[in-house]
Amino acid sequence: MFSKRAFPSAFRAATRAARPLPSAATAPRFVTPFQVRLLSTEVRTAIDKAVASAPVVLFMKGTPETPQCGFSRATIQILGMQGVDPEKFTAFNVLEDNDLRQGIKEYSEWPTIPQLYLEKEFVGGCDIVMTMHQDGSLAKMLEEKGVVLPAEGETPSEPPQ
Amino acid sequence: MAQSTTPMEDIAEALQPTTLEIHNDSHLHSHHKAMQDSTSKETHFRVIITSDAFKSKMQPARHRMVYALLKDELAREGGIHALQLKTRTSEEEDKLRENEAAGR
Repeated sequence: MFSKRAFPSAFRAATRAARPLPSAATAPRFVTPFQVRLLSTEVRTAIDKAVASAPVVLFMKGTPETPQCGFSRATIQILGMQGVDPEKFTAFNVLEDNDLRQGIKEYSEWPTIPQLYLEKEFVGGCDIVMTMHQDGSLAKMLEEKGVVLPAEGETPSEPPQ
Repeated sequence: MAQSTTPMEDIAEALQPTTLEIHNDSHLHSHHKAMQDSTSKETHFRVIITSDAFKSKMQPARHRMVYALLKDELAREGGIHALQLKTRTSEEEDKLRENEAAGR
């Protein structure tokens, strides 16, 4: 399970990194709904940085403590059950930044949230993370990348409610 | 593709699935905050597709194939809000059935 203390700090770091994203107000050329939204260089650069900000990065709705969507909640619970090291994890709340929310979909070529990245590589959304959790491939992958806490006599507890 | 085809017909045409299950779970999510301004009864879907078009493709690539077919529906304001996907090959489906039969 994720330590309660480590998370808020990790998350603040994340939101700081995301802040340079230009707001919609500064890019009035993109206001018409019929225009295809193109990923600007600034947004792409900001997302590049976000993806590289930790070995494990989750783009989600809400925060790890208070997810705002069941699929984000399920994904964060799985990462907790896998014992992902909070020091090696950052979550980005896409609801805090509309450029991030739209931008990440184009960046990953993936239309839904949450989205999990491991060492800058796209892993998948909730369904894929769930399947990989069930078939054991997620544990294997996280272990190989050295991002899980060492199991120290602590018996894995039930998933957080 | 003709304009009259539905997104699900597009899936059937493009992937030639041996299994295609579509569950509309919208009613389970109608109270969500994100749905409070939505009157649509078609926002949350769960789709199970078995197709040999997925062969030798990793899961993200399989999902992207489906997303590409539903691109407009997913992008449209008030369109599909959430899409759960299970994408398997017929071989994987057989294995899953065997495991289920053996395990339970």
